[in-house]
Amino acid sequence: MKRILIVGGGTGGTILANNLARRLRHEMDAARVSVTVLSASPRHMYQPGLLYVAFGKMAVSDLYVDQETLLDPSIHFHVDPVETFDLDHNEVKAKSGKTYGYDYLAICTGSRPTLNAVPGLMENAHHVYTEEAALKTAEALRTFEGGRVAIVTGVPHKCPMVPLELTFMMYDYFKDRELLDKVSFKYTYPIGRVHSLENVAKWAAPEFDRMGVSYETLFNAKEVDGAQRRIHSEEGSVVEYDLLIAVPPHKGMEVIEQNKLGPSGWIPTNRATLGMEGRDNVFVLGDTTNLPISKAGSTAHYEAEVLGENLARLATDGRPMRSYEGKVFCFIEAGKDRATYASFDYKNPPRPQPPTRAIHWFKLAYNRLYWNSVRGLL
Amino acid sequence: MSEAKIVDARGSFCPGPLMELIAAMRAASVGEELEVLSTDRGSAEDIPEWIKKVGHTLISSSEEAGVYRLRVRKAK
Repeated sequence: MKRILIVGGGTGGTILANNLARRLRHEMDAARVSVTVLSASPRHMYQPGLLYVAFGKMAVSDLYVDQETLLDPSIHFHVDPVETFDLDHNEVKAKSGKTYGYDYLAICTGSRPTLNAVPGLMENAHHVYTEEAALKTAEALRTFEGGRVAIVTGVPHKCPMVPLELTFMMYDYFKDRELLDKVSFKYTYPIGRVHSLENVAKWAAPEFDRMGVSYETLFNAKEVDGAQRRIHSEEGSVVEYDLLIAVPPHKGMEVIEQNKLGPSGWIPTNRATLGMEGRDNVFVLGDTTNLPISKAGSTAHYEAEVLGENLARLATDGRPMRSYEGKVFCFIEAGKDRATYASFDYKNPPRPQPPTRAIHWFKLAYNRLYWNSVRGLL
Repeated sequence: MSEAKIVDARGSFCPGPLMELIAAMRAASVGEELEVLSTDRGSAEDIPEWIKKVGHTLISSSEEAGVYRLRVRKAK
């Protein structure tokens, strides 16, 4: 029997598992193939919803579904986080002490915000990368009575549009609260333009100009002085704030670093096959890769579809046929009721169009449709 | 010419090379020279801008066979 082991029960791991279950139904029924998912949590979180929690537009209870209910019943699912990868012997050891062997391994453990990478950020900044932080941000926005809002971004980070979305959504939020005349915005970004994707930067900068949002590029936060409410940059400039919103730099998961699978927790991955460099039967998807593309749910989704087809062929003595072409699709909330999107791949850059209400409503609908998407029904 | 510490960021895409230079500069001493190798054109444009903004000194920049070499001296 061919054993496919998926480590990680987020967007990528769940879509991959269901994709395989659909493609390999007959082989799994006949016990010629097995698919096992190991996850660190019994619950699956819709992470993009955290942004909406911060603005009071989604409840925390909307963010979670039991992982088991998202998986095809033919999939073996265990809440048993992996601690040791023994790739030379095709097995992993999990927290329970149990060892899981495999013929093919997919690693999709995700990424985590590292606020401690910048001294003072953890203590003084608000962000939307955990449930607790999103709720605190909601409270900070709700009680803000005016002053200087600073947005600070570290790289790499999960969801490339979040710095822009936070800024646009805060603008509309404070406008609705009739606070705009008491609020100033300072948007900072680490490279020489307001977004890493050039065409998105070309679209966003005039929007900022129109809204009166000032911005400073080539700004890499070095330290936050909470007593003085100042952010010092590596470049020597200083931004003062009353409300500090951070998009913290991310790393891959600790277990990846501890097992020396890749620096900073990012596993070296072939951009077309999604194979781990130097390994024939190990694949990587989602945030866990070191690929120079967005760390986003849609990236994991498109990768999982390619990998599902290829792994299904490998498990049935075929050969992989498809290449991942770098496809990513990101909605961009441009305020409280308008949105646009960026769709791109390795060869074709995004070309964001003017925001519309229809795209915003489609995004809100997707926030609910996500659960069907990871089930493989969409 | 003194030996420069090499920051090999080939294969890394924007903003990777700039981020690696920032980390290396943090660890370098004033007066020390670093040479960044990058295959990313966007970073080759960003790095001189960053050096100018911070106030370090760009000693030289060149491109050969798709590899950009930027040599910088830490000024402060």
